[in-house]
Amino acid sequence: MNGLMHLPILPVVLPLIAGIVLLALRNAPLRLQRGVSLVAVLALIPLAIAMIQAAADGTHLVYALGNWVAPYGIVLVVDRLAAWMLLTTALLAVFALLYAIQGSDQNGRHFHVLFQLQLFGLNGAFLTGDLFNLFVFFEILLLASYGLLLHGGGRQRVKAGLHYVVINLVGSTLFLFAVGTLYGVAGTLNMADLAVKLAATPAEHAALVQSAALLLFGVFALKAALLPLYLWLPAAYAHTSAPVAALFAIMTKVGAYSILRVYSLMAGDTGPLANLLDAWLAPLALATLTLGMLGVVASTTLKQQAAYLVVASIGTLLLAFGLGSVDAVAAGLYYLPHSTFAAAALFLLADSISRARGEFADRFESGHEMPGARVLGGLFFVVAAAIAGMPPLSGFLGKFMLLKAALDSPLLPWVWGVVLVTGLMSVIALARSGSLLFFRTHSPHDPLSLTPPRNAALAPVAGLLLLVIGLVIWAGPVSDYATATAAQLLQPQQYIGAVLGVAPRPPEGQVTGGMPLAGTAP
Amino acid sequence: MEALISLVIGVLTAGGVFLALRGQTFPVVLGLTLMSYAVNLFLFVMGRLAIGVPPVISDAAAGYTDPLPQALVLTAIVISFGMTAFVIVLALKARAELGNDHVDGLQRDEDRNA
Repeated sequence: MNGLMHLPILPVVLPLIAGIVLLALRNAPLRLQRGVSLVAVLALIPLAIAMIQAAADGTHLVYALGNWVAPYGIVLVVDRLAAWMLLTTALLAVFALLYAIQGSDQNGRHFHVLFQLQLFGLNGAFLTGDLFNLFVFFEILLLASYGLLLHGGGRQRVKAGLHYVVINLVGSTLFLFAVGTLYGVAGTLNMADLAVKLAATPAEHAALVQSAALLLFGVFALKAALLPLYLWLPAAYAHTSAPVAALFAIMTKVGAYSILRVYSLMAGDTGPLANLLDAWLAPLALATLTLGMLGVVASTTLKQQAAYLVVASIGTLLLAFGLGSVDAVAAGLYYLPHSTFAAAALFLLADSISRARGEFADRFESGHEMPGARVLGGLFFVVAAAIAGMPPLSGFLGKFMLLKAALDSPLLPWVWGVVLVTGLMSVIALARSGSLLFFRTHSPHDPLSLTPPRNAALAPVAGLLLLVIGLVIWAGPVSDYATATAAQLLQPQQYIGAVLGVAPRPPEGQVTGGMPLAGTAP
Repeated sequence: MEALISLVIGVLTAGGVFLALRGQTFPVVLGLTLMSYAVNLFLFVMGRLAIGVPPVISDAAAGYTDPLPQALVLTAIVISFGMTAFVIVLALKARAELGNDHVDGLQRDEDRNA
């Protein structure tokens, strides 16, 4: 039990310390830097698994930083959702890093430092129970992402990066406006306390609270790339380096996570924010899914297509969250790691394909026959089947759960129509891409000029695909966990009670048995 | 005083939004800076305006001002300061790499086809 006491803070401080150590080691041999970075990322996996085990029975591990209890201090909270997001991030980061250490981390300086700080920001954002602290962790992960996005340089990358940075700075300003308004009305920033205070808002402040909450929704929608705020994503993701694009597959999910976390807590059944997002989230998600898929069909390069597939997957995810029932949210939570891993695999594979095609890179035009086309094509087929949601892979299960959950929703015809039609469109688009890349080829004039894919570069793709397949093999336990998570989220009283009910810990010497000791504090 | 502060925040925000929508990178950076000034003032005011009262507990105090927004503003200032520095460097890099200071920078044919 005592070992569990500091568990919630570890995934936050470990990448931070690793980042600082790597900064100090910036002149050390590359092999050492890579080793430190990889060990630090690998260590996140057992931590995340320990958290899932601790949270699986429905407990909330609440960690009061500096022993300042909520609502006065900042708390970190581990519940099923946070642990789930942490595990997804850790697994994704391992494979992105395994790809990066094969060379692309040398294209610029401080890749590993930025990578660790990115994880620091991500893990912090998933764990924090304080709205302003969420802003701070957003800024950390964004600042690291700016560095990673621009890593390696190049004109297209700088141009896309400038748009990404400016739009996110505007987003941060709006975030602060929303947080300030909520603080001005409720006088607290702790999310659990906010939920209590906002439910009891006097009627004359209702409009103010609603506008702040919708402003906050706008900010999260920007991070999640929800229509109409998705325009920054395709260029940014298509032009950055492959491991960074793979890691960024989780970045849009941070926005989706924040929407789920903040609104499941603050909305409540009564009060000014009840059902606030019902009119917005699901329709916007449907439109995002449609437009994202049109982008997929119209893409001219494979990386661009992968980026639009990320937009489409966020549409599916937020559609699930927008429907709001336990089954729908559970479907979304099952779909979330699937879409993250599959999108990351496609970005990594696109990079290998692009190298193997020489001058044609990843453009959709008839090019040279690739060396190693069988392996690349086989992997592409599996990735495409996973992303398009073909049975028996996990994309199919996720969408099936979503369609089933929509049965008693008033949006039923829309959900079924859009999800099924966009699914068909993605099959057609990916089949066309695959046939262009692999079948409509001609022999190169100089076969030696093309580099065959290295096995080491394909291993991370295969690893991510194994995770996708693992999601199918263990679909029972995973969907049970997702359903339990959704049920927990839809009963915010548990979270609120756990956060606000924590007593300060007594000084170290007096701990007996290690249980939370209410009433024994000096 | 409330009216004056609201007016200042409003003007700063409006100016910031206007500049952020310009086509050159330098006005955009200025606009982002103005917006961050506006939001810093806004956060500060959210603790309510009070003159001459302490933020920390003292025996002689007749009333208190809310210390939390001041801490929030400090954090926000540090972050926006760092972000401004970053975006200026990025704008300079974009000017160097793209050959002009337009936010949509690319005018070359090779890039249009890319």
